[in-house]
Amino acid sequence: MAKTLFQKVWEAHTVRKLPNGQTQLFIGTHLIHEVTSPQAFGMLRDLGLKVKYPQRTFATVDHIVPTNELKEPYSDPIAQEMIEALRKNTKDYGIRFFDTTTGTQGIVHMVGPEQGITQPGTTIACGDSHTATHGAFGAIAFGIGTTQVRDVLATQTLALSPLKVRRIEVNGKLAPGVYAKDVILHIIRVLGVNGGIGFAYEYAGSTFDGFSLEERMTVCNMSIEGGARCGYVNPDQKTFDYIKGKPFAPKAADWDAAVARWASFASDAGCQYDDVKVFKAEDIRPTVTWGITPGQAVFIDEKMPALETLNAADRQTAEDAYAHMKLAPNTAIKGTKVDVCFLGSCTNGRISDLREVAKYLKGRKVSSSVKAIVVPGSQLTAIQAVHEGLDKIYIEAGFEWRGAGCSMCLAMNPDKLVGDQLCASSSNRNFKGRQGSQTGRTVLMSPLMVAAAAITGVVSDAREVFKV
Amino acid sequence: MSLAKITQVKALALAVPGDDIDTDRIIPARFLRCVTFDGLGEHAFRDERTGPDGKERPHPMNSAQAGRIAAAKQGVMVVGFNFGCGSSREHAPQSLWRFGFTAFVGGSFAEIFFGNSTTLGVPCLTLSKEDLAECDAFVRANPNVEVTVDVEKLTVSAGVKSWKADIAASARDGLVNGKWDPIADLLEGADSVAKTAGGLAYVAGK
Repeated sequence: MAKTLFQKVWEAHTVRKLPNGQTQLFIGTHLIHEVTSPQAFGMLRDLGLKVKYPQRTFATVDHIVPTNELKEPYSDPIAQEMIEALRKNTKDYGIRFFDTTTGTQGIVHMVGPEQGITQPGTTIACGDSHTATHGAFGAIAFGIGTTQVRDVLATQTLALSPLKVRRIEVNGKLAPGVYAKDVILHIIRVLGVNGGIGFAYEYAGSTFDGFSLEERMTVCNMSIEGGARCGYVNPDQKTFDYIKGKPFAPKAADWDAAVARWASFASDAGCQYDDVKVFKAEDIRPTVTWGITPGQAVFIDEKMPALETLNAADRQTAEDAYAHMKLAPNTAIKGTKVDVCFLGSCTNGRISDLREVAKYLKGRKVSSSVKAIVVPGSQLTAIQAVHEGLDKIYIEAGFEWRGAGCSMCLAMNPDKLVGDQLCASSSNRNFKGRQGSQTGRTVLMSPLMVAAAAITGVVSDAREVFKV
Repeated sequence: MSLAKITQVKALALAVPGDDIDTDRIIPARFLRCVTFDGLGEHAFRDERTGPDGKERPHPMNSAQAGRIAAAKQGVMVVGFNFGCGSSREHAPQSLWRFGFTAFVGGSFAEIFFGNSTTLGVPCLTLSKEDLAECDAFVRANPNVEVTVDVEKLTVSAGVKSWKADIAASARDGLVNGKWDPIADLLEGADSVAKTAGGLAYVAGK
C-alpha cells in the first residue's frame, strides 16, 4: 500500500500500543536547551531515573545567551545559573553539549542540521515548538513539553497519537524579491493559525522541490504558527548533498546504504492524504504581518483589512490587534515607522539569509532613526559569515553584528524592545509582548524586507528599495 | 506510581475570553528564566493583568472570582478557540495550574498545550461554538455556581445547564484511570524499546 513519509516514519519508530490507545513512539534524536530541560532533569532525579540513551540526546544553549557579551560570568546571574545547570546536567548524564566554547553553539534548530544530526526518516523531539524546522530533511520533528523531555530522557520514547497528513502543494517559480518566508506567511494567512491542529504538514510541489534545504527549513520552522505540530519536505538529492560530510553524517562505507534508506522514506506516489491544499507561487508577494498572530498578514502592497470584512471571531482578534499595534484598519502598512530591525532567529538566521541580504546592502546605510541588529543563528554561521566578509558589509551599513543565539525573537536575553517600539523582524512570532516589552510591536517579514525597513526607517517593499 | 483518578472537576469557573491566546501571553518569556516551576502561579497572564505602569488592568484574572479560585486551588477556566498556541513552554499550564486552575473548557486547544495540561492531570474539554458561548455567558452571570467538568461522562454542567463535551479518547482514558502521567507505562516497555532501537539503523550505529 502506498504510504506517506509520516506513516512510514511512524511505523518504523512504533514500539507498542499503550493501554490508553496511544502509541509508544521511539525518539531517535532528542535535542535539549537550557530553558525547558532543567525541570526535566529535576524530575529524573526526584524519580531516581537515569538517562536511558544518553548518546541520543544533544544539548546546546541558545535562549538566554547574551549576544553582545561573550565572556563569562555573564552580567545576568540568572543566565549564568541556567547555563551552569545545563553544563552540570549534561556532564552528570553523559550528554554531548555544544557549549559556547566549542565554536558549534547556536540555536538548537541550527545546530542539528549543521552537525548532520538531523537526518531523513528519523523522529526528532525537542522542548521547543520550532522543532518542526528539522522536517525540512524529511524527519518527523515536533515540539514537546518539559514533562515529555523527562519521558524522552528516561525512556527515549513518548506517548503520542498519530497525526493526519495535509499535503500543501506550491507550484511554480517565486517572483524576484519573494522568499520562502513569504510562502509560509501566506500559507498561514490562508489556512489560519489553527488550521493545522491535528495535522502534520507535508510541503510539496515544484516550488519546494526547487528550494534549498535552508529555504525548506524556513517554511517547516513556522508550521507550528499554522497550528501544525510538525511539517516536512520529502527527502531528495539536495537533502543528501546537504548532509554529506557533516560531522554526524554516515561515513564512507555506510553512506550509500544510508541514502538508499533515507530515500525509501519519501511519500509514495499515489498515497492517500487526509487533505490537500494547492497554491500557485506566482500568486505570492512579499508578505508582512500587521497584527498579533502570524496569520494576520497582508501583501506589502495591500491595505490591512477593514473590520467589516471580517467574521465575528476574527473581528474581535483584529480589534485587539489594531489597538495593540496602533495601526488603523483599511490603511496601508507600507510606510509605517520602524524603530528596530532584527535579522536572525531559527526562521531566518542562516548563512543563506545573511548572504542574500548582504548582496543588496553594499553601499546602503541604515536610517538614523533605526536600531538594526543582525544575530547569526549559530557560531558556525557567524564564523562562515565573517570568513566571507559579510560582517563588514552589515557593520558598514550600520547594523550591529552580534554573537549567536535566539536573541530578540523572544527576548530572554538583554536584546529587548523598549516601550511601544515597532520591530521589523525576520523571526516567527508577533505575539503581544513577544520581543520583551509588553507594549512592543512586531511586524514579521523576510530578511530582505527587514533590510529595506532598516534603510528607509519605515515598512517598505524591498523590491522597490533594492530594485530587485 | 499511583495517581488520582480524575473523573470530574467541580469548582468555580472563570471566563477568559478571546481566540488564539498564545503561551507568551499566558506566561511571558522573562518568567522562563528559572530552573524550577516554583512560583510561576503568580505570574500567569502577568502582562495582561498589569500595565507597563505597574498598575492593575481590567482582566478576568484580577477579579474577585479569580481570587476565590486561587484560594481554593481549584477552578475551571473557560476559554475560546486555539487556546495555548505558540511556544511549547510547559510553564504555561504549570503557571495556570499553580494559580489554581484544575480544568479548562474551550472551543479548541493548541496540541502541545493540550498534551502538557493533561500530563499534569488537568483536563481540557471542548464544547461546540454555540455551547461554548452559552457556557461562557452562564459562568459570567452566575459566578457563585460551581461548574462540573465530567471527564467520564463527557459533559460540562452548571446549575440546570449541561453541555455535551469532548476530549481525545486517550487523554480521557488516562485521566479517568489515573494514568495521565505516562511515565510508568513508558518505562514498562523497556524491552520493546530496545528491540525497536535495535531495528533502526541510525540508532544501532549501522
